[in-house]
Formats: sequence, structure tokens, C-alpha cells
Amino acid sequence: MKYRGKAWKFGADVDTDAIIPARYLNTSDSEELAKHCMEDADPEFPQKVKPGDIIVAGKNFGCGSSREHAPIAIKYAGVSCVIAKTFARIFYRNAFNIGLPIFESPEAAGAISEGDELLVDPGTGVIKNLTKNEEYRATPVPEFMQQIIAAGGLINYVANRLKS
Amino acid sequence: MPMTITEKILAAHAGMDQVEPGQLINVKIDVALGNDITAPVAIREFEKIGVETVWDRDRVVLVPDHFVPNKDIKSAEQALLIRTFARKHNLINYFEVGHMGIEHCLLPEQGLVGPGDLIIGADSHTCTYGGLGAFSTGVGSTDLAAAMALGETWLKVPESIKFIFHGELPKWVSGKDLILYTIGQIGVDGALYMAMEFTGPVIEKLSMDGRLTMANMAVEAGAKNGIVPPDEVTRRYVEGRAKRSYRFYRSDPDAGYAEVYEFDVSQMEPQVAFPHLPENTRPVSEAGNVAIDQVVIGSCTNGRMEDLREAASILKGRKVNSNVRLIVIPGTQEIYRQMLREGLAEIFVEAGAAVSTPTCGPCLGGHMGILAKGERALATTNRNFVGRMGHPESEVYLAGPAVAAATAIMGKIAAPWEVA
Ligand code: SF4
Repeated sequence: MKYRGKAWKFGADVDTDAIIPARYLNTSDSEELAKHCMEDADPEFPQKVKPGDIIVAGKNFGCGSSREHAPIAIKYAGVSCVIAKTFARIFYRNAFNIGLPIFESPEAAGAISEGDELLVDPGTGVIKNLTKNEEYRATPVPEFMQQIIAAGGLINYVANRLKS
Repeated sequence: MPMTITEKILAAHAGMDQVEPGQLINVKIDVALGNDITAPVAIREFEKIGVETVWDRDRVVLVPDHFVPNKDIKSAEQALLIRTFARKHNLINYFEVGHMGIEHCLLPEQGLVGPGDLIIGADSHTCTYGGLGAFSTGVGSTDLAAAMALGETWLKVPESIKFIFHGELPKWVSGKDLILYTIGQIGVDGALYMAMEFTGPVIEKLSMDGRLTMANMAVEAGAKNGIVPPDEVTRRYVEGRAKRSYRFYRSDPDAGYAEVYEFDVSQMEPQVAFPHLPENTRPVSEAGNVAIDQVVIGSCTNGRMEDLREAASILKGRKVNSNVRLIVIPGTQEIYRQMLREGLAEIFVEAGAAVSTPTCGPCLGGHMGILAKGERALATTNRNFVGRMGHPESEVYLAGPAVAAATAIMGKIAAPWEVA
């Protein structure tokens, strides 16, 4: 499966309070969280984003809290994947664990402009920019993380392990 | 091969003689922690795994602290969910309102975490326990769910950065100022994915409260963990408190570091981080004229006894400025009781502060002191992101308790020597 969608650009150090403000954390309902996705960075984002769209950001995306509500809000807002120069550590783990594909690519993060049409191949880590007719590479995903994705997230991975 | 303290603790918990940065390892954990925001999600995931109960009812620690005492119906339901789970699985370490505290103040105080431990918590400030010489790091709810079932987790061995603090700590300069200064130097991703090891003569003299404050904010530089080599100060703190045996690890003198920073602190001033990132630090004397509407003294960063004593020493016999709301939040019930015994609560209330039961409250813009549009707070907390304490157009300035107390009196960001 490949991910295809329009790029929404954000800057460096986008924190988890910008992704999902704590005032909405009195619930863990995914659809409810999605309604406020990226609200404090761009109040109109939840209305503007279309299924399949791709968030493209600078360094340290998802810094701050450990709240899994952040990747959940992004995933349920319909975003197919996130490309950033680098990710904050806990956000990186959480995204894999809940099944939100993310790609580290300083090259892509720098070259992509807002509104570019992108095609991402998670298998090879190749990011195609259909608007600019360019191609970038993402850092390969560690083997172990690929196993988690293949199992459909950490919980399935653990359940399988306990069964065997 | 020589190893750092972080590598040694990880190796011991992986059942290996040796680990290297970059290696993915499976480790046994000593404690798994969740709170009222992250545990509800973890419990839901835990129930999908299909195990009867948690791996160890003594080692799964649940602390409702963010939105309790319940701020509204939704948060009451979240708290109920974890209470029900704690009862169902007979968890020993579930802490109810009236006994609880902010998780990262509570666990060290109760001796639930100790030197040499490996702790994961579904809260980013789990890195606090590095102050004790433990490896501890924040994870997400799904990681917590898996850990509650297995008593294990996977980790990537981080590279370490060593920070050596030389000189004499000037009056009014605390652990908070050291860590704010450090983050100001290296930036909010300056230690991304890495371990921050705090060492040197200044750290050796630093109190345990100060060390916990420093390790607490390691995540604000993007670090996986912060750690202080355990010593006599550590021993005095854990003796008679630790509920399990503990072990002191130290880095080998020739261990490998990605980087080594050396700072001389003798001329350092208390620091203030300006909006909207913890790296925007300045010495307090360069803060300029910044009027403040609310001052918060508390949180897992600075809600401990030493912090409250320092603030009280400045506020004693003085009044909070009529333009400021001062909110003081002790980190745990035990700290609250000690504050009463020492007469600090009286000093704060007499000065015109609102003194709260332990809670995270305003630190994350939860309740108990939310900012309106355009308002400014100075807080002893750890994050000043956009919207962190309320309206997206409000501002948060971070500082230690001494600057916070002086600011509350002056109504603008102020240095302690302006009032004390
Ligand atoms: S006091 Fe603030 S930073 Fe600490 S755990 Fe609570 S919300 Fe998080």
C-alpha cells in the first residue's frame, strides 16, 4: 500500500500541545480527539484536511508529552502519514505502536511545499513529489519496528508472542 | 568495554554483559507507571492482549493526578476507569485523592523507585527518577499496556552526553536554573534520543530535590533519560525509604560519550525561559519589564519541599502583588503535611496565595488556574508551549521557585534579590 495525498506544512518543534491541546484530554475518544487535531498550530486544520493528506514538518515533530492522543488525533483526522526532518522520541514509538506511519527525511522535509501532491512507498521509504517531479528517501525503519507494523501494532505483536 | 551508567543499567536489565548505543534490546522493567490521562488508553489496549492480570500487582503503579480532584464529568469517568481497574487487579500502588501526589514527586518519596532501577511510565516526565541514579523514561499508553502484561519492554540503547558543572552555585541558583541554562545552550532537540548525564562538583553538592528537578526536564531537550550518578546524597535519601533493594551504578572513567559539555556556574543567575519553548532562556536580570498575571509554584519539576521552603523564605511577611494570582501546589500529600508542620502553608496563605491540594492542574492547562487570552503566567513548571496553560494566545514563562516568589510580590518578572 502506498500513501497519496496533499502536503500540509508545519515548522520545527511542533509539540504535542499543538497537536492535541491538553484541554481535550479529558477524553480518549479517537473521533473526538481528531476534531481538534493541530488546532493550536492551525485552527482550521481539522476542517481543511482530507483523507490521505500528509503532514510535513521540520525537526523534533511531536516533542513534549507522552500522550498517545497526539498520533491518534492525527490518524483519525484522516492523515495517511507524517514526514518530518526528525521526530521526538516518544512520539516516534507511539506512532508505530498505534499504526500511524511516519518517515524521517530531512531531504523531503526541506524540499516539499504546502499543497504538493505526494506518493509515499512505506516499503522502500521512497517519497515521490508528483507536483515538483522529485524523489526523496526516508531513513529506513528498523527491522523490529517493521515487525510491529506487520503484526498490526504493538498490542497484536504482544498478543501473538504470548500465544506462541 | 567501558560503559556509562545508562548502558550498565540497561545491560543488567537485558541480562547482558555489554550493550552499545544503537542496539535494540528487550529489558525487564522494575516499575510501570500510568496516570489518569494515559492509563485509560493503556487499560483499553491491555484488555485486548488477552492476559488474565497484570504481570506484578506490586509494580504496576497508577496515579490519578492530572485532572483530579475530578475537574468535570469526563475526567471523573477516566478516573473511575483506572480506579475500577486498580481494584479488579488488586494493585497495591494505586493512589487515591487524599493520598496521592503528582506521580513524579510521589514515586521517589514513597520509595517505589530507586537507584539502578529501570522504570517506564506513560508520562514524558518519567525521566525524573534519573535523579536517583535510575534509568527511567517516558513511553506511550500502548507501550504501558504491553509492559503491564509482560513486565518487559524494548528499548534502543541511547548515546550519552555528559554535562560537567564546575564552580560554586550562587545564592538563589537552583537545579531548575542549571537545567534551564543547559536546555538554553543545547536546544529543545539538543539531546534527541540520547541520555543526559549530569556530573561534576556542583551536582555532587546538589540536593536530591534539585537532582530530581534536573532529570525531570531532560525530556525538554529531547532526551530519552537524564541521570545523576548516585552517591552519599542518594544514599541518605533512599535509606529507610526504598521499598526494594537498590544498586548504585557509576560510569566507567573511560566510557564513551557523544559529547561532553563543561559549564562553570559561579557567575550564573537564576534563569527564565520565555515563550514558547524551554530553550528561550535568559538570565533573570535580562528579562526586562514583563508584567505577570499569575504565578504557579508547584508541578513535578518544582513542587518538592526544598522548592516550597525557598519560595516561603521570600514570601514570608510579604504580600502577593494585587495584580497577581499566586497558586501554590505541593507535589504530594506528604509534602502538604510537611508544609503545614513547618508553617509554610500559613506563610503562603497570609501572603495572599491560593494553596491547593496536590494536582498537575494548571501545569498542563487542565484546571485550577487556566489563563485567558492575552494573560501571562510565570510558573515553576517545565513547558511553555503555545496554549500549555490555557488560551492559545496566553503566555508561560518558566523559572525556579525563587524567581516565582519574587515575581508574585513585584507583579512583574523579578529577581529574588529585588525583594529579599
Ligand atoms: S506536573 Fe505537569 S509536567 Fe508534571 S506530570 Fe503533571 S502535567 Fe505533567
